[in-house]
Amino acid sequence: MSWRNRNHPTFWAFLVHRLSGIALTLFLPFHFWTLGQAIAGEAALDGFLRWAEQPLVKASEVVLVVLLAAHLFGGLRLLALEFLPWRDGQKSLVALGGALSLVVGLAFLLNLA
Amino acid sequence: MPGQVDALTVSVWRGAAAGRYVDYQVPHRTSQTVLDIVTYIQRRLDPTLSYRFSCRVGVCGSCAMTVNGVPRWTCRTHVDRVAKDRKLEIGPLRNLPVIKDLATDMRAFFDKWARAKGQFQPPATPAADFARVDPASAARREADAAIECIGCAVCYSACDVVAWNPDYLGPAALNRAWSLVNDVRDAGGAERLAAVSGDAGCHSCHSHQACAERCPKQLNPTAAIAGLKRATLKAALTGAL
Amino acid sequence: MSARAQTYLWFAQRLSGAVLALCVAVHLATIILAVQGGLSAAEILGRTRGSTAWAAFYAAFVLAVAVHAPIGLRAILREWTLWRGRGLDAAVALVGVGLALLGWRAVGAVVG
Repeated sequence: MSWRNRNHPTFWAFLVHRLSGIALTLFLPFHFWTLGQAIAGEAALDGFLRWAEQPLVKASEVVLVVLLAAHLFGGLRLLALEFLPWRDGQKSLVALGGALSLVVGLAFLLNLA
Repeated sequence: MPGQVDALTVSVWRGAAAGRYVDYQVPHRTSQTVLDIVTYIQRRLDPTLSYRFSCRVGVCGSCAMTVNGVPRWTCRTHVDRVAKDRKLEIGPLRNLPVIKDLATDMRAFFDKWARAKGQFQPPATPAADFARVDPASAARREADAAIECIGCAVCYSACDVVAWNPDYLGPAALNRAWSLVNDVRDAGGAERLAAVSGDAGCHSCHSHQACAERCPKQLNPTAAIAGLKRATLKAALTGAL
Repeated sequence: MSARAQTYLWFAQRLSGAVLALCVAVHLATIILAVQGGLSAAEILGRTRGSTAWAAFYAAFVLAVAVHAPIGLRAILREWTLWRGRGLDAAVALVGVGLALLGWRAVGAVVG
């Protein structure tokens, strides 16, 4: 029963927000650890950046950028929902957030050398 | 038969927590409601079927069931709007224990209204005069928006937070609390705000908006809960909570 | 937890979320500009080394995320697992401390 009841835009927005939040939280320690390589000097960081040139890693970066943007726009929608007077058209805001996230992902993808 | 077009295959939940869907063939008529279907089955096909209804016109809030996976008031839901390929699936409301067939035990639902302090709280010393409430005031408009609830538990059944966090008070009880927070005559104040705070209360709401999506009265508990979040924060920051 | 403490927990996540909204917007713009022509340590460190502004920005960014993520994690674990109570609260607090320490170490590495 549940999934038929859940099939509406603001539920999908919730799910994207939660799953992107989990993914970003799991990614962060890795991100911080690799940047911490710079303590050992430029060469160590460059070693990691060369590893990160692999297509699969680059693809993961695009996904992460989209997830970060989706979490950002989803979060802005929720802040507005909770702290500003109610406004209708939540579904349009969800769609707008989704579209902007893809635009950010595309901008990142097109700027990859 | 006049008005009869064809037959519907209707799967109805039989049993309690353990049970199964049983198929019935029911004649399809024009302007037929889901409640008409259930009544037909009980009167013509199997008198042991248990379900709950009273007014049949969308006032009492007794007849809510899960129709094709979605909680609905069955007396005002037309079959033509929800049947797919002449098939219907009718089950009890989710998030409440099933007593038998389509009847759920709604005690938890109503107990949570009490836990959310959903009753009017008069001041300790009776008011000397009638309260003058401007119908156009912001607080009264918020209260008016929340007040039309018929207690059908459709929102409670639609809410995932209730499913995932059984202590959660749920959209209807919080919506009721919000109408009282906006009632200038009410003296419930900080005590009610404390009752609706935290893991069991408004702060656990993730704004899925399933409640607003499914409410047959088009109420918006999500907006009411957002109001409670702001009211509790204000109370906490001013030391009232 | 008291009603007041739980209200502040919710507000801390929203407040940190508002800070993160600004930080993430800057971060995304930086990422998109920085990847042009490929990434190199020299390019990254050239921007950050000795910069008080970037140090302050990233330190605040890390602090906000160390507040924001554990509160979200707490809600998710309470809803999607059977883990509740003080043990869970302590565990997510530890996640926050861990994120803050790892994050500030990284900030130190790129600005120092």
